[in-house]
Amino acid sequence: MPAPLLSRRDLEFYLYEMFDVEALATRQRYEDHNRESFNAALDIAEKIAEDYFVPIRKTVDLNQPDWDGEKVVMIPEIKIAYDAVAEAGLICPDQSYEMGGMQLPLVVTSCAMGYITAAASTTNGFHALTAANANLLETHASEEQIETWVPRLRTGEFAGTMALSEPQAGSSLADMRTKAVAQDDGTYRIFGNKIWISGGDHELSSNIVHAVLARIEGAPPGVKGISMFICPKFLLNEDGSVGARNDVQLAGLFHKMGGRGQTSTALNFGEGEGAVAYLVGEPHQGLRYMFHMMNEARVMVGTSGATLAMAGYQYSLDYAKERPQGRKASSKDPLADPVMLIEHADVRRMLLAQKAYAEGAWSLCLFASQLVDDWKTHPDEVGRTGAFELLDFLTPIVKTWPSEYGPKANDFAIQVLGGAGYTNEHPVELMYRDNRLNPIHEGTTGIQSLDLLGRKVPQNGLAGYQACLSAIESTLEAAEGVADCAPMLIALQNALGHLKSTTEVLLGSMLERDIDLVMANSAKYLELFGHVVVGWMWLRQGLIAAQALTAECHSDDTAFYRGKLQSMLYFARWELPQTKVWADLLSDLDDTTYTMEAAWF
Amino acid sequence: MKALVAVKRVVDYNVKVRAKADGSDVELNNVKMAINPFCEIAVEEAVRLKEAGTVSEVVVVSVGEKSSQEQIRTALALGADRGIHVEVEGRPEPLEIAKLLKGVVDKEQPQLVILGKQSIDGDNNQTGQMLGALANMGQGTFASEIKVDGDSLQVIREVDGGLQTLKLTLPAIVTTDLRLNEPRYASLPNIMKAKKKPLEVTNPAELGVEVKSHVTQLGVAPPPERAAGIKVEDVAQLVDKLKNEAKVIS
Repeated sequence: MPAPLLSRRDLEFYLYEMFDVEALATRQRYEDHNRESFNAALDIAEKIAEDYFVPIRKTVDLNQPDWDGEKVVMIPEIKIAYDAVAEAGLICPDQSYEMGGMQLPLVVTSCAMGYITAAASTTNGFHALTAANANLLETHASEEQIETWVPRLRTGEFAGTMALSEPQAGSSLADMRTKAVAQDDGTYRIFGNKIWISGGDHELSSNIVHAVLARIEGAPPGVKGISMFICPKFLLNEDGSVGARNDVQLAGLFHKMGGRGQTSTALNFGEGEGAVAYLVGEPHQGLRYMFHMMNEARVMVGTSGATLAMAGYQYSLDYAKERPQGRKASSKDPLADPVMLIEHADVRRMLLAQKAYAEGAWSLCLFASQLVDDWKTHPDEVGRTGAFELLDFLTPIVKTWPSEYGPKANDFAIQVLGGAGYTNEHPVELMYRDNRLNPIHEGTTGIQSLDLLGRKVPQNGLAGYQACLSAIESTLEAAEGVADCAPMLIALQNALGHLKSTTEVLLGSMLERDIDLVMANSAKYLELFGHVVVGWMWLRQGLIAAQALTAECHSDDTAFYRGKLQSMLYFARWELPQTKVWADLLSDLDDTTYTMEAAWF
Repeated sequence: MKALVAVKRVVDYNVKVRAKADGSDVELNNVKMAINPFCEIAVEEAVRLKEAGTVSEVVVVSVGEKSSQEQIRTALALGADRGIHVEVEGRPEPLEIAKLLKGVVDKEQPQLVILGKQSIDGDNNQTGQMLGALANMGQGTFASEIKVDGDSLQVIREVDGGLQTLKLTLPAIVTTDLRLNEPRYASLPNIMKAKKKPLEVTNPAELGVEVKSHVTQLGVAPPPERAAGIKVEDVAQLVDKLKNEAKVIS
């Protein structure tokens, strides 16, 4: 029997014990739901993942998309899987019934889609981007534009992208040059080159709707002069049918380390008379609109990093339980039967590290999904604004910690399998390669850390920072006197102390010292903050497990909760003490990297 | 024409089934349950007949504990029109199920009854045949293809020697084999629509059936683990062991 993609028991722990999604049925939007419909959604996603994505995982990896000079060529299996997802209603489970959705709470949606990500993270990227594109238009486009484009995006008939990066402007959007020229009929013509456009061209859908950032002629320089446009691959006829080809040309495909289910393209807009485009919302507001999508996309990236870590953990765990190899140091008989890999303490160390990273990251991402949900559907205003504040604050951490520690978990998965893990006979090396994109796209780790330290912490008089700290502190209070959680309580209190003192030093230094020096070690600050937040998630899990164990449990459940407590202990003893070292470096405004000169390398 | 489809709640075929520690039964704690795969094929066939215009209504029935309603709703999400749950405690055996289904058949008067050929938990392969006898209907078991033709039904059966074609007079009973069709996936929107479809709950008394068990389960044990092998010295020893220990040659 193959390894499960994800542990269903674990998913149910988050859904029904940690985030209590059944309580959401009291909100009008979710009133038709109960545990049965949530589980049914998980079942369908799991089936589609196992029947359509797992069997083609390796084929997709070995046959990356190609350009024949005219169009993108992909293996036909991808289209079959693409259609299966659309038919099952898995493009937009969270959307309204009218849009073909299931009005599924986001936490449940994340768990369901987790199966597809675990089976083939990147092949489903087309749909994920399309959903994000449709969400963006639904929020900022005109009614007419929404009517024209969104329903067809929701069904997968059209696909969507976001087109930001340019050859000279990747992370630095202020340097963007793509130009939009206003026409008499109110439309625009776009001229410019975009790169790294995921899903920028393919033959899976009848049309592709690009959300393009460009400067209207005469716009102010920098990020204040960027507008957003809808620019389709094919123009629509009067009757809505797909018509003539727009002036958007595929200039080439990038060939990537992983993520080979998804095209990454270079697109030329306006090689001829200009690509016909329609302004979204107000001029010069494009970046703000795009960041609406970016924040969702960032939670999505973190979730992908965490999911792949979970999948690699499950795979290597199954392997370690089944594969006999070697004997324990205490075994003196060379002819004794070999033990299973999992009998070796060092293998358990690597499994435990994976479990601590994966389930810590995953619970953080689900927590972010819950905040998105509360922001949109919480019955009272205070609940909505509070959720938004915390979500907005946590976004750089939710994006970064799982995408940095996810590949670390996959690295351990490969190591557990040994030489076998280094071959493509097993999917753990693929998971690592796929996962390695996550610290890069939708804002690199470096950019996220500048956002956290430079913006998110100080903004609104430290409001988000304080909200985060007091949420952590209330969990710490709840943990007082719970014997099973005592080591974590102390470890997290210490780490939180390091975080607070470091933050005070850094914020104080911003006013007095060279700002470039203060920001120089921001990535470490983000890692420190990430460890505190993930430690908090582990304490929350540990409290639930400790409580559950006070009642009589089935032996399987006892083992499950013991596993949670042990992973929490691992995080408390092996991970959180590192925050002391990092806090010292940060508080000293260590300048080792800052003062290193280019000529000295 | 009305079609009645029976579905059974069983442990999902992907689950590695274990015995309880005390050996009293199969372990069901935290175990994923699903529609019996052969029953799923039965639902699919009925829905296809409806889509083809042959059948006007698909009624799905399950006999079991309250949780069996989950499987009825799955069938409704796959396209059945309404459900009937015959609520009974414990795990009824094939004859009891057949008698209860007979009660439902009397009430609903379907022209076509489709069941899975067997369930993957009991592996009895009895319910359809027993229902055929009780309801006095012709039966086409192990069907790999069916075709309604006016008042009759053509059934191609998978038998040991190959394929057998039967012509049955309606009303009739069909039990499905693996190759009859490939069931579709329920879609998420259809799961929500299925919640609004009618699901009637009844019980043996209302159907006028007395449920009486004739079988007692004494225990459940996993198959014995395979013992480690040994190395024999020579061919003579091998032959000796095969002859006297394993007793597979004489």
